[in-house]
Amino acid sequence: MQKPDLQITQHNDSKTILGFWVYLMTDLIMFAVLFATYAALKTSTFGGPGPSELFSLNGALAETLILLTSSFTCGLAMLAAHRQNKNQTIIWFLVTLALGLTFLGLELKEFSQLIAEGHTWQKSAFLSSFFALVSTHGLHIAIGSLWIVVAIKQIYSRGLTPFITSKLTRLSLFWHFLDIVWIFIFTIVYLMAKV
Amino acid sequence: MSLLFGKLTLAALPHEWFTIAGTVSMMLGGLGVALFLTYYKRWKWLWTEWLTSTDPKRIGIMYFVVASLMLARGALDAGMIWLQQALSVGSSHGYLSADHFQQIFTAHGAIMVFFVTMGFLSGLINYIMPLQIGARDVASPLLNTLSFWLYVAGAVLINLFFVFGGEFAATGWLSIAPLSGIEFSPGVGVDYWIWSLQISGLGSLLAGVNFIVTILKMRAPGMTLMRMPMFVWTSLSSMVLVVSVFPILAMTLILLTLDRQFGTHFFTSGFGGNPMLYTNLIWSWGHPEVYILMIPAFGVYSEVVSTFSQKKLFSYKSLVVAAILITLLSVLVWLHHFFTMGAGANVNAFFGIMTGVIAIPTGVQVFTWLATMYKGKINFKQPMLWFVGFICTFTLGGVAGVMLGIPGIDFQVHNSLFLVAHFHTMAIGGALFGIFCGITYWFPKITGFMLNERLGKYAFWSWIVGFFVSFMPLYILGFMGAPRRLDHYDASLGWQWLFIVAGFGFLIICLGAALQVLQIIVSVIQRKESMDVTGDPWNGRTLEWATSSPPPVYNFAIIPEVRDRDAFWDMKQYAVIARSAADEAILSESRLPRPSDALGARNDTQKITYKDIVMPKNTAIGIYISACTFFFGFAFVWHIWWLVIASAIGAIVCLIVRSFDEETEYVITAVEVEKIESINKSSTFPM
Amino acid sequence: MTRRNKIKLAIFIAVDALLVGFSLWMMARPEFHFGNFAVLNPKGIIALKERGLMFTSVLLMLFAVVPAYFLLFYFSKKYSAKNNSQNKYSPNLESNLIGALIWVVPSVVIFIIAGIIWKSTHDLDPYKPIESNIRPLTIQVVALRWKWLFIYPEQNIATVNFIEFPKDTPINFELTSDGPMSTFWIPQLSGQTYAMAAMSTKLHLMANDTGEFNGLSSEINGQGYSGMRFVAKATSQNDFEAWVESIKKSPDILNEDQYNELEKPSENNPRAYYSMVEESLYNNIMMKYMIPDKAK
Repeated sequence: MQKPDLQITQHNDSKTILGFWVYLMTDLIMFAVLFATYAALKTSTFGGPGPSELFSLNGALAETLILLTSSFTCGLAMLAAHRQNKNQTIIWFLVTLALGLTFLGLELKEFSQLIAEGHTWQKSAFLSSFFALVSTHGLHIAIGSLWIVVAIKQIYSRGLTPFITSKLTRLSLFWHFLDIVWIFIFTIVYLMAKV
Repeated sequence: MSLLFGKLTLAALPHEWFTIAGTVSMMLGGLGVALFLTYYKRWKWLWTEWLTSTDPKRIGIMYFVVASLMLARGALDAGMIWLQQALSVGSSHGYLSADHFQQIFTAHGAIMVFFVTMGFLSGLINYIMPLQIGARDVASPLLNTLSFWLYVAGAVLINLFFVFGGEFAATGWLSIAPLSGIEFSPGVGVDYWIWSLQISGLGSLLAGVNFIVTILKMRAPGMTLMRMPMFVWTSLSSMVLVVSVFPILAMTLILLTLDRQFGTHFFTSGFGGNPMLYTNLIWSWGHPEVYILMIPAFGVYSEVVSTFSQKKLFSYKSLVVAAILITLLSVLVWLHHFFTMGAGANVNAFFGIMTGVIAIPTGVQVFTWLATMYKGKINFKQPMLWFVGFICTFTLGGVAGVMLGIPGIDFQVHNSLFLVAHFHTMAIGGALFGIFCGITYWFPKITGFMLNERLGKYAFWSWIVGFFVSFMPLYILGFMGAPRRLDHYDASLGWQWLFIVAGFGFLIICLGAALQVLQIIVSVIQRKESMDVTGDPWNGRTLEWATSSPPPVYNFAIIPEVRDRDAFWDMKQYAVIARSAADEAILSESRLPRPSDALGARNDTQKITYKDIVMPKNTAIGIYISACTFFFGFAFVWHIWWLVIASAIGAIVCLIVRSFDEETEYVITAVEVEKIESINKSSTFPM
Repeated sequence: MTRRNKIKLAIFIAVDALLVGFSLWMMARPEFHFGNFAVLNPKGIIALKERGLMFTSVLLMLFAVVPAYFLLFYFSKKYSAKNNSQNKYSPNLESNLIGALIWVVPSVVIFIIAGIIWKSTHDLDPYKPIESNIRPLTIQVVALRWKWLFIYPEQNIATVNFIEFPKDTPINFELTSDGPMSTFWIPQLSGQTYAMAAMSTKLHLMANDTGEFNGLSSEINGQGYSGMRFVAKATSQNDFEAWVESIKKSPDILNEDQYNELEKPSENNPRAYYSMVEESLYNNIMMKYMIPDKAK
């Protein structure tokens, strides 16, 4: 027979995981609105350059690879966490964090280039929707990065208790979710600009 | 200065009669409450027992209090709208400027939908749903307080324009673009609208996540999905809709904010922006929102008609299927709000037919309830009266609704007073009557004593008569070609008399509301005579009646086991059989079976052994985060950028601090439980 | 019946009588003549069909509504706990027949209504030109803050807050806006259509009768919303031609400057008539929002 305490924790855990999934779905709907907006306003360039002239596939491809790798390292961190290997968990999360920040840096570089060339979000509905979609994802990555920092601090100070690993599970779900959203952004914004 | 205060200057302080009146009345109200609390030394009590409480029952009551205050505000707006429309005809221009009039009806709509109906329904779900599924709490008590406090933050923000800025949105309750854009609405009014909706909407979204998990994960053993009470089913349906469509609202409002404050062009006419996109997005939230309000009311009616007909719900499966169908279909009909936008015949016809199809499950519900009354033993207590009143109004509103859903008819009545009459029939006759029905039904459960029956009946008759006198003229005005939102019209049109009659109706409704207030006061005063000691005054069917009134903090000392759909009814039947076989003595006491007897009988023993109960601790984190969110919204309205950043950091820090906290629960020992259970049999309102 | 109940009944009857009397008195008021029921008193072919649709759909719904009301009151009386001695109380009643009827009745009604929706929506599509032997007249509509500008491209005249057209002639409206969204609505002639900036929507209607009809916007569009009304006058062909001639003599012309003056927000704008209109003004108004150098 199991200890009652453990039962309660596991029960709570399944609730939080389900709740987190429901939250992710709501976030997905928010992104869906942004995708729909982008699709509706893509051609409304108001005489300015459109997607095919503005976006470079190389930069976006680099960002994609970095984010995919970060998802992979996040998975390694979780595996380490389940093995109760504290140091490895922290190291892999640090790598994930570094990749996330690199991604953000590349994205900010792309934005600043566009703005420097005068393609700001005020110029047309198309640019408004582009900036809204991509920067919302970027904002999520930033929040995820902050979360990783907090998580590392928690692992460092408290070890891999069930309480902490439950939180890590949600963090990794969040990170993979952002990866999936990015795949859509890459396809719909960058790839489809070139076809 | 502008770095410190943004756009906020001294000129924004109240200087018009209505802003001064609003500010002064809010200050007096606040002062009165503060004096009361100081005099009776209740500050600490308020903070520890109520404001920081994680008990969904207390949160539910707090929802009722805030929603009632907002109802008074919304009703005042309604009265002002009526007075202007009755007076402002021909050469007379009434007592309000066009701009002020438009602000009032915008506020009226937003308040009634977001802060009154949503508030009352959240309160009911909070209080009743966990009891009905035999749970002790909701999935995340912290999230629950946060939801409530975000709702409060939104409510404060929507009233704050009296004090700062003196201007609300004058754009209609959905602030259709491009009118709500910065070009046509340069003031802070639309920003107040955006942020009060955004913040309370965030609260609703979190509540939606919380309740879905609660219902799916925390039901008592034996309660399968198809044994859930209808109110739980409808709460689930409604919350599924909340999490599906509130993200759309949130994002739409964000995009509108970007348009207004950062020069983007999503919904502007120029620069390639597309105002029709806004209309589509806001209604793809807005129409499901209507059902979010209606579906839980359907659940209340199902509970009430079954209890007071003393009969099993007829065709429970039909009701479940109907609730699910309405949930699914409600996201497929949004375009019927703008058939007149020139979408083309095929598109219009599709959405028209979908609107018709949604009337099928709705009609099925009505007939199912009627079939439940068939061969019943109907007790016409107040909740049942509200149900009958609801069927009368709702059927009428349904006919008007199907008419509006037919594009060919909609072209003629769209945006007319016919439409206004229709949705008030649904909102008052459907949702609000449902709320009253639920409150009168569950009042003894919540307080431990009965509501005065006679005053309740007077209130009901005032409401229903007032409702028809108020809104029938609006249907007629619609046929006369009167559009909504007019602050002035020509005398030759012959509309004034109808507006005056509608105003009489409003006064009758006010009388009804006053009677309800009186009813509660009288009931509190006479509570000693009308105590509910059984916990089951109506011969109820569902689990909330199986515990004492009001329920202890942990709801159930022993989590009941469910064998049947009407779980408590089943227990009582079982108890009667068990008792008559085993113990003649209890029967001779000739009283209603006590819940503990029923539960005891379930265990086939009269002796109950209690166990330790783990409950969530109180927390103030919800209040802190909401306060930060409130300042975030306020700072955005006035472009006080340092405060935007500071409050965002504040909210994040609160979250991080909380994430380190593992000690969020406490234990009520078995001994304490036993003590509470023995006292609780005759307790009163939780003071 | 107790004395108390008698008093109650008397009060009830008195209130009822008062209400009925009040309604009758209201109906007798001069403003209450049928002509004021714009939607129910159509003077155009489209509005007439729309009214017919209203009657048909209500009639159909009565098949579900009347039983609902009847059963509600019948059951309320018959199965009341006070009155239950002679009735069978059956607390666990289930019946497949009733269960099926509950779904069938509303479904059938809605199924028929769905058919009507499909047909009528195509028939009454505002974009569909009206079939007629008479050559249609085109009127371009610009919703401004807060007045209606009408341009007759063929006649090369323009008016504000007033239109005249011959009866029994199909009228093709093209609508746009130079400001917030408005709806164009002449209740006695046809339903509404939105007028939106940067795009052109269409509405077709035809008056069967002469007369002056009220027109308005029913979409909130700012401060001057209530005063944004116009009159649509349907006349004979001859009268219409004479009217066009009289407008041609107006001293005002609508060039770009004049338009920019007119476009400024104003409330309760008086009628105005222009004998000439700058070429393709209607298109230029739309283009303002679509071409970068013309944008405001």
